[in-house]
Amino acid sequence: MIACQHNQGYGPVMIAELGHYLLIMALFTALAQGLMPLIGAHKKAENFMLFGDRAALILFILIALSFLALTITFITSDFSVKLAASHSHSMKPFMYKISGVWGNHEGSILLWTLMLALYAALIPVFGTHLPKTLKARAIGVQGLLTFGFLAFILFTSNPFERLNPVPADGLGLNPLLQDPGLAIHPPMLYMGYVGFSVAFSFSVAALLEGKVDALWAQWLRPWVLAAWSFLTLGIMLGSLWAYYELGWGGWWMWDPVENVSFMPWLAGTALLHSIMVLGTRHKLANWTILLGISTFSLSLVGTFVVRSGVLVSVHSFATDPERGVFILMLLMLATGAALTLYALKAKTLKGADGFEIVSREGGLILNNLLLITACATVFLGTFYPLFMDAITGDKISVGKPYFDLTFAPIMLLLLLFMGAAPLLKWRKDTLQNLRRLFVYSLPIVLLIILLVTILGKSVLGGIGLAIAAYLAVGTILALAKKTQNFKRLSGQTAGTYGFVLAHLGVSIFTAGAVAMSVWAEDDIGRLKIGESLNVAGYSFTLDRVAPGQRENYQYLNAKVKVEKSGKPIKTLNTEQRFYPVRNMVTTEAGFHFTLGPTIFTAISEGNSRDGWIIRANYHPYVTWIWIGALLMSLAGFIALFDRRLRFREDVI
Amino acid sequence: MRWLVVIIMILSFSASAIGQPSDVEVEMRAKEVGRSLRCVVCQNQSIDESDAPLAVDMRELVRNRLREGDSNAEVISYMRERYGDYVLLKPPVQTNTYILWLAPFILLLAGLLWFFANAGRKEEDT
Amino acid sequence: MRALIPIALFLLMGLAFAVGLTKDPKLLPSELLNKPVPEFKLSELYDETETLTQDMFKGKVSLINVFGSWCVACNIEHPVLMEISKRGDVNLIGIDWRDTRPKAKAWLKKGGNPYRQIIFDNESVLAIKLGVTGAPESFITDKKGHIRYKHVGVITPRIWQETLLPLVETLKAE
Repeated sequence: MIACQHNQGYGPVMIAELGHYLLIMALFTALAQGLMPLIGAHKKAENFMLFGDRAALILFILIALSFLALTITFITSDFSVKLAASHSHSMKPFMYKISGVWGNHEGSILLWTLMLALYAALIPVFGTHLPKTLKARAIGVQGLLTFGFLAFILFTSNPFERLNPVPADGLGLNPLLQDPGLAIHPPMLYMGYVGFSVAFSFSVAALLEGKVDALWAQWLRPWVLAAWSFLTLGIMLGSLWAYYELGWGGWWMWDPVENVSFMPWLAGTALLHSIMVLGTRHKLANWTILLGISTFSLSLVGTFVVRSGVLVSVHSFATDPERGVFILMLLMLATGAALTLYALKAKTLKGADGFEIVSREGGLILNNLLLITACATVFLGTFYPLFMDAITGDKISVGKPYFDLTFAPIMLLLLLFMGAAPLLKWRKDTLQNLRRLFVYSLPIVLLIILLVTILGKSVLGGIGLAIAAYLAVGTILALAKKTQNFKRLSGQTAGTYGFVLAHLGVSIFTAGAVAMSVWAEDDIGRLKIGESLNVAGYSFTLDRVAPGQRENYQYLNAKVKVEKSGKPIKTLNTEQRFYPVRNMVTTEAGFHFTLGPTIFTAISEGNSRDGWIIRANYHPYVTWIWIGALLMSLAGFIALFDRRLRFREDVI
Repeated sequence: MRWLVVIIMILSFSASAIGQPSDVEVEMRAKEVGRSLRCVVCQNQSIDESDAPLAVDMRELVRNRLREGDSNAEVISYMRERYGDYVLLKPPVQTNTYILWLAPFILLLAGLLWFFANAGRKEEDT
Repeated sequence: MRALIPIALFLLMGLAFAVGLTKDPKLLPSELLNKPVPEFKLSELYDETETLTQDMFKGKVSLINVFGSWCVACNIEHPVLMEISKRGDVNLIGIDWRDTRPKAKAWLKKGGNPYRQIIFDNESVLAIKLGVTGAPESFITDKKGHIRYKHVGVITPRIWQETLLPLVETLKAE
């Protein structure tokens, strides 16, 4: 052992120290990137401002190399590094060795910081035509943010910490996290969270400049779009992962960790729309700046919650109060400074006032009001127990029933306006313009409500599905209007395709969510071999239960035969797995995914004498939820290619 | 006033249904009650969704009490007496939750009021 | 003035988060403080014919400890309980929760049995009545059989010396 350690001292072992030094260098670079361009912009010194562009690139390279060093310690299974020892294992598949790098607190915060630096380095690449002082200030703010996170890593969460003595093998990655979906979920989510930092930096820069204009909005929009699309994809992957890996039968649990990723999404969606109003009609200047600050701040709140343990959640990282205090200080400094600046300078930002109710901007303002109300509701529902505990010490829970009664109606209202607003003209329009929507959607809506009420035995379900259909009709009519009744279907801007796809995605998502909340059925029972559960016309029969052993876990495998009115559908495999290395039991549910009904089953504890606890679920159209979300995300990426977003100096 | 009559009819009907609940009814009501109770060991699931042993026992307890003729509300308050408000996934409307329940709707109303108050004002520049 | 609203709201939020950091969300107060131990009728772990009821807590200051052979943290707590039992300061009663008799007996044989009596509760009957959320969890009752304290998690020597023992002494004096 000793000889081995000695040997490593000259070999790959140095890589961890190198990674650590790179991070320290990055810390100073970030400080320089934060200060020089801000001073430069203040004193109108070109050299200082240009320094920011270079520093951002160097900072990105430094952090990328450091991240690479950490990845190498995982790939080479260098267990003298504490992080690799506690989150990796020499026998682990290659892909999970890599994803293990961000499957823990230290590695994931390094990934987060890497992305912060990446976005900063990209600003000069795409921002060549931006006003020099604006760009310099934004890069400076981005540098200060990166500095804060690097300090956080170096002082509280050093990923390169050594371990002595060196263990023979690592502890392995939490088996729940060994999944392709979860391997890419955090990077996507962080690309989203962190992407909003650009909106934050440019909002603060605009406040420092004392000026927001259409160019600012048009330049910022693709960044917000990119962040929003990544975040949508990240949340969608997370939901899908939780659904099939945890096997609880829910696609959204209203868990605090889910909620804190959803809040930046809601605020980001509002920002995406308000920035359109600012870019086209030069209205909502203050509001957009405030949203730019808030959206990224909500991302920071999310980081704080996940890593501090203030709220109980199934997904939290191992928590540490010291880290919580540090992130809270970061949040207070970043957002506190930005909002103080806003309080001082808000008056200097001039936007046009006033709007017509019946107009595109009227619709978009309403959209913003509803989205922010929805976001505030999620915020309240998530943090109320915490606030209550802090103030009075009362312990309460806020769960799904609360959100069903508050969040859901607000969103349904939003969907109603969403179907109509895109049909309206900018500036001023008349309700006459909506006649076509009324004529087309009314019969469809009535037919759906009638059919669903009779066949599906649910009025609420009928109304929900009808609203989803109405939104689709409204969106298609808007497309028809833009394409002169589909005559010019090609040759539209990417933005138009993006809008249509995204809104259709919402419609599909809504249909899936409504179907799930109205018609999903499940049952749990203790079954012996040959006994069955009946759920929604499907019979789930426990066919066979057999224990066994695979590479790194023991399992209990159950075969459950599913039949519908005598016809076999599929035999599902469900397993209970025990990982001795981690002393952990996981459940693998057996799924049958289709575009229509999805069915699944999961085995839990039991024995041959009393039977095993088996859960059987029938989930109609649950797949539509993820397809809809995927479509939204795709739409965002497509809209990025809109040429109008690149350059439009004529607007200035 | 007609809706009031309907509600009274529903209430009196469900009251008379209690006493000798059938197995099917117990199952359905147990699910309903189970969904509103938090599985206290798993922290963010209802006992209806959870496979945790304590949740299994709590489900059984809910069923037993329903079978013995308790109403849904009685079972829920039985749990509440033991685990506190914490066990309720739907927080009760009471002094310390007024803000929680009312704020979303107050915000919504305030937003809409602002919208209609500010709309139609003459544009000042551009 | 309106520009000050966002920062004011934000500072309030930050303050709440700061206070929240000092609290452990996993700690739940007992709803049963100062109320009698709920009624129950369960058998003893070793003697299936012996029926135990809430009356067993009358007349003595007791420490009720919820455990199970499946509970990992109970292994850490066990030596502390053995020590408490040896000193005999308190009437130590166990609740064997969600367990089987053979497993529990084997577990107690290995580490020793610190309990005067053990209530066997494999279906969480008493556990739910007590509002138990996990094991180990402990309650202290006074001479009237009323619950006076709830402790969630492992009893460490320090917690015993600084919190629980002084309480037991005052209750004994009552």
